[in-house]
Amino acid sequence: MDRLVFRAGGWLLLGLLALLAAAAAADSGFAIHMVIAALACMIAVWVTASKADYGAMARGILKTPADESRYDDDPIRWGVIATVFWGMAGFLAGLFIALQLVFPVLNLNLEYTTFGRLRPLHTSAVIFAFGGNALIATSFYIVQRTCRARLAFPGLARFVFWGYQLFIVLAATGYLLGITGGKEYAEPEWYVDLWLTIVWVAYLAVFVGTIVKRKEPHIYVANWFFLSFIITIAMLHIVNNLAVPASFLGSKSYSAFAGVQDALTQWWYGHNAVGFFLTAGFLAMMYYFVPKQAERPVYSYRLSIIHFWSLIFLYIWAGPHHLHYTALPDWAQTLGMVFSVMLWMPSWGGMINGLMTLNGAWDKIRTDPIIRMMVLSLAFYGMSTFEGPMMSIKAVNSLSHYTDWTIGHVHSGALGWNGMITFAALYYLVPRLWGRKRLYSLRMVNWHFWFATLGIVFYAASMWVAGITQGLMWREYGTDGYLVNSFVDTVVALQPMYLVRALGGALYLAGAVIMVINIWKTIAGSPLREEKPMTETPHNEEADRPIVAVPAE
Amino acid sequence: MSEDKRIDEPTGTDFVGHEWDGIEELNTPLPRWWLWTFYLTVIWSLVYVVLYPAWPLISGATAGTLGWTSRGQLESEMQAAQQQRAPILAALAQTPLEDLPANRQLMATAIEGGKAAFKVHCVQCHGSGADGIRPGSGYPNLNDDDWLWGGSMSEIQYTLEHGIRSPDHEDTRFSQMPAFGEILSASEIDAVTSHTLNLAGEGPANATGAQLYEQNCTICHGTTGQGDRSQGAPNLTDAIWLFGGSRDDIRTTIVNSRQGVMPRWNDKLDPVTIKMLTAYVWSLGGGEQSARPDATQAATDGGSSDAGSE
Repeated sequence: MDRLVFRAGGWLLLGLLALLAAAAAADSGFAIHMVIAALACMIAVWVTASKADYGAMARGILKTPADESRYDDDPIRWGVIATVFWGMAGFLAGLFIALQLVFPVLNLNLEYTTFGRLRPLHTSAVIFAFGGNALIATSFYIVQRTCRARLAFPGLARFVFWGYQLFIVLAATGYLLGITGGKEYAEPEWYVDLWLTIVWVAYLAVFVGTIVKRKEPHIYVANWFFLSFIITIAMLHIVNNLAVPASFLGSKSYSAFAGVQDALTQWWYGHNAVGFFLTAGFLAMMYYFVPKQAERPVYSYRLSIIHFWSLIFLYIWAGPHHLHYTALPDWAQTLGMVFSVMLWMPSWGGMINGLMTLNGAWDKIRTDPIIRMMVLSLAFYGMSTFEGPMMSIKAVNSLSHYTDWTIGHVHSGALGWNGMITFAALYYLVPRLWGRKRLYSLRMVNWHFWFATLGIVFYAASMWVAGITQGLMWREYGTDGYLVNSFVDTVVALQPMYLVRALGGALYLAGAVIMVINIWKTIAGSPLREEKPMTETPHNEEADRPIVAVPAE
Repeated sequence: MSEDKRIDEPTGTDFVGHEWDGIEELNTPLPRWWLWTFYLTVIWSLVYVVLYPAWPLISGATAGTLGWTSRGQLESEMQAAQQQRAPILAALAQTPLEDLPANRQLMATAIEGGKAAFKVHCVQCHGSGADGIRPGSGYPNLNDDDWLWGGSMSEIQYTLEHGIRSPDHEDTRFSQMPAFGEILSASEIDAVTSHTLNLAGEGPANATGAQLYEQNCTICHGTTGQGDRSQGAPNLTDAIWLFGGSRDDIRTTIVNSRQGVMPRWNDKLDPVTIKMLTAYVWSLGGGEQSARPDATQAATDGGSSDAGSE
């Protein structure tokens, strides 16, 4: 009871403080954000108070905690829904800004809907909202199963989920209102950064706590990757966002670094966000869902060790390759480049381990659409992690840098690798989390696969053509030694490619819409769609339980 | 593990012996090609960091045995480009502007150079096609033969060097039309607007307008509206409108006056670049031969009788 009063009172106090901050705010953006924070606190008060009447308090008094014989899957179910929701928002924003580049009139002549504000909305929505929710949900799912233990600190796990959603809402509304720290992929301002830091430390506590109470002798490889992801992101986030607020009641802050130091910090962060968020974290997903879906053992334990340690050791140094031929000293550029080249094989280790796990189950690529998605995902992972080191080589970079080739590279990784492995994981999770026999439709998974694949092909191919065209046009000299093209000439030349890219995005979005319908029907418990059967991986409900220590009688 | 020799049927590989939630691991050795490619990239990197600047020291860094620097590379590339262009630039510097068109090859080179410079310095206002972006934008179309300040090479060069209404520059081209909104009544301005349209053959005659024009506008625009290049007064008879030719546009021009500004370039660009820009702009279609066609001739049709365009 005391605990309850303490908690509810704490949220109330925080909410009141946020309201006070809103009233005294130095700018309207900060005021709006504080009102959002106050609303979130009030919801927390209400939830804390109303929950207490039923389950939690009674259990607390009776000392009978929630069903300990089952995994703690509530935050994961919410996470799955959040992943789908933010994914759709992010894909839609992406398609819209792609169309803006072809038809500038779509900027709508409103400050809120300009490309400059919607672009970070798109990148953050897909990376942090879609990808982040997928990572949090799957990490909670995987760490429980592979440790055979329920989540440590269940209350904190719920705080992590809702706190992360608040972070997303603050970040997204901030972009639209024009609040930005101006650092790519780290645009949220200082107070949102502080909030994310709190949420992330709570995340680390839940994850490590669960590993500590594991019932298995060893820690599974997926958990190594998750742990490296959580710890490194914390470090990157804190260092890159070191800033001095212009006012403690305002939304503006100034970076602690200046000039080339700031640029290097930014790309140390930016590249490792790719390395540890989009690579390590998603490799963790891959290491669980691929062997589970294929029902095959992981190809090589030794490879997983070597490629894990070489990957995380090498990745952290590769950031300077984003600053080739800039004010960054030559020696730092060299190091960024050689570490990127050495990163090639460690990255491919994950692909080999994923693909070769299908040894003995190759036929499933033909018959199981989820496996098919996983294989395509790993193929794109392999392509992007070859392309990345190649683009980091100075001679290549001098052509590719600042062009749409980079956009193509990022999207073959994001749409192909991150997107497809996430879709596969969602398709694996939904029937198991909601206790359904199987997905509403496996044929629809197949349709999703083909829409997405075609979309990626259009997207990546058009951006490769556009990027190389752009790079060659920029450096084209006439016989008399003068530049042939002006910037706008290249824009005119690229317009058709931009249209093809938007078409690719639309196909990818269409595939995702099919997924929403499929997942919706599965969760709602609709009767299974009548269709020709495909291979499905059976779920052993009885085995999917934590090991509960039986107290000695 | 007790079961260390358990073999996976399809692959013939033995298990490591761990198990998590049904996931087991095989004891496959590292693929050789993978390992050797990894070693190869490491060796390549080691060689590279000896050849190129790489290791940070207390102050500075190792220079690399090749002595390469990014600044040095830029400098040598720029030097090579400069060397390639040097003879042409020298020839351009020596050739007087008037003699340039006669030297066809040199003229072609100058136009190429001017085109490149135009793309860097001029497209922002005049548009990538040098067409003033769109009619009525306020930025002159340089492809036609309608010149405010003259279309001969020397006049174009003067405009480039000194600009138009370029701030704080004594030699800049300067003209100022009064804002007639402060001088004439609204109905009078309507009448002058009608007359102006009539001058361009775009509307019926207006007696009041003609009379007001006579009193207020002829000093600069001339009795027939042919304009006067010596003071940058536009020709009103050619139906080419810098700030738009609709009734509203013209009315606004008369009420407020327009004062377009082009910056001077002689403080930003070297004389040869300006010469090349002159040649390029002159070549676009409306370049004129003589330094100053007389006003009556220009009045007939924007001076097309002596236009340099072929």
